[in-house]
Amino acid sequence: MPEDFYRFTAHEIKRFISNDETTPVEVTASISDRIEEVNSRVNAIISFDRNDVKEELRRTKDKRAGKLFGIPVAVKDNICIEGRQVTCGSRILKGFRPPYDATVIEKLKKEGAILLGRANMDEFAFGSSCETSSYGPTNNPWDFDRIPGGSSGGSAAAVAAGEATMALGSDTGGSIRQPASLCGVVGLKPTYGRVSRYGLIAFASSLDQIGPITKDVRDCALLLNVIAGYDPKDSTSVDMKVPDYSKSLVNDVKGIKIGIPREYFIEGIDREVKESVINSVKLLERLGAKYEEVSLPHTEYAVGTYYIIAPAEASSNLARFDGVQYGLRKPGNLIDMYKNTRSVGFGSEVKRRIILGTYVLSSGYYDAYYLKALGVRTKIKEDFDKIFKDFDCIITPTAPTAAFKIGEKVDDPISMYLSDIFTIPANLAGIPGISIPCGFTKGDLPIGLQILAKPFNEETLLRVAYTFEKNSKLCGRRPNL
Amino acid sequence: MKKNIDVDYIANLARIKLEKKESSDFSSQLGDIISFVEKLNKVDTKDTPPTTHPLPLMNVFREDKVKESLPAEKALSNAPDKKYSFFKVPKVIEEA
Repeated sequence: MPEDFYRFTAHEIKRFISNDETTPVEVTASISDRIEEVNSRVNAIISFDRNDVKEELRRTKDKRAGKLFGIPVAVKDNICIEGRQVTCGSRILKGFRPPYDATVIEKLKKEGAILLGRANMDEFAFGSSCETSSYGPTNNPWDFDRIPGGSSGGSAAAVAAGEATMALGSDTGGSIRQPASLCGVVGLKPTYGRVSRYGLIAFASSLDQIGPITKDVRDCALLLNVIAGYDPKDSTSVDMKVPDYSKSLVNDVKGIKIGIPREYFIEGIDREVKESVINSVKLLERLGAKYEEVSLPHTEYAVGTYYIIAPAEASSNLARFDGVQYGLRKPGNLIDMYKNTRSVGFGSEVKRRIILGTYVLSSGYYDAYYLKALGVRTKIKEDFDKIFKDFDCIITPTAPTAAFKIGEKVDDPISMYLSDIFTIPANLAGIPGISIPCGFTKGDLPIGLQILAKPFNEETLLRVAYTFEKNSKLCGRRPNL
Repeated sequence: MKKNIDVDYIANLARIKLEKKESSDFSSQLGDIISFVEKLNKVDTKDTPPTTHPLPLMNVFREDKVKESLPAEKALSNAPDKKYSFFKVPKVIEEA
């Protein structure tokens, strides 16, 4: 029997536990040791306490029948767990202990998951590199000089480095898929409304979704099965039957029609990334799928649209951090108290986006920017609707390049924003997307492939992803730490 | 053309105080971002309805029944300052 459980997937560990070959105590010990061994180098986990582990083991003792019994899960630092500090990677929320569980956490608890370790993130999820966290940057486990992607960089790096068996992230413009791609793991952004956002600290409410980050596609289906579903506490969650996603894990893509949008293979995309994605599509063709070039003509406007809508919603959502109800308070008369608190509490990128959002919503600019962006959003959504009439899914690179160097784009917001160019459209349209590993660069950095499908069609994503994973023989490759 | 944005005015609306250096950096960066997003004007949206939400949203009703909610004590558990069952803020009304 192995002892290095940090190397295994959740479904493997589940099997070990149900066969009485191991126990949650041994599994969590392995993961805890791993965190202590590698986290000083990776910085994926920002808070970890062995006492919490004991408490979690006590809490889950009688949950043997649970779908995630004994499985260590890392939770992004923007999802509330009752009584445990959550900060969104920000100074402004230091010490905040939420008085309730997010709905996804309630579900994880019910299924016996071990909530162990908080995952690092860009402050308030504003970023694509995990460099804006007040806890310092997370390093990519494949190359410590590089970023893990963001904003769920801590979640993706933790899974890649074995500091968690699986993780929850959140995705507003690619924050699950892009780090999954850059860290060589699987990340899925569900359809808007599929997973409850209750207890997720809001960034942009019309774009945010919580989703799984896992070592393989089977684990992805397992975690999605647990978190998906209608929640009366989230008025935007959709009351629709949730299928059993494990049934989508079939090694067969015969007859699947794949659209390859030409606008995603433009100049600026790395040659190795492009080749790897094209070779992957050819592999799927050999397995029985059909592909054809398609056009999503408004793709070039997606980043601009997003950088109006997302900061606009964020500036409104983040108005609540004003020193009154929770978190940091800096003294002054009422208005100065707000200003002092927010100026000290928020980092640069957060201030930049709040100001941008406030600007595009301000009197005289609302129609020119915000309303304009909402119109273009419709156009982007219509592009997808049109393609999905004839195609089952769309395949693209997840990100234009493999992981870039830490510090490379910090002072150039636009070039940083462009690293989400291929993931943003799915959030604007509300459609589901998955990123799976599809190759490595010559420098041994993971490359990710993105599959998109129509709303509430996660099953197609999982089926195509699973078939690719089974036949590409890439899965299971982990960084040497 | 690069837009000149009065960053300090906007920052005041957002209740954020900027250092001089921050203010000049942001002014330049936001000008770049705004110039970048202006390419949306190339898209004709005259007859396109705006999308505020990816899915059609409907009002959600529930029965008007008393249900358990977060007790005040718990809701106040993170308050920087409180008195009785209230959040306490600096004095707002000037003495006469």
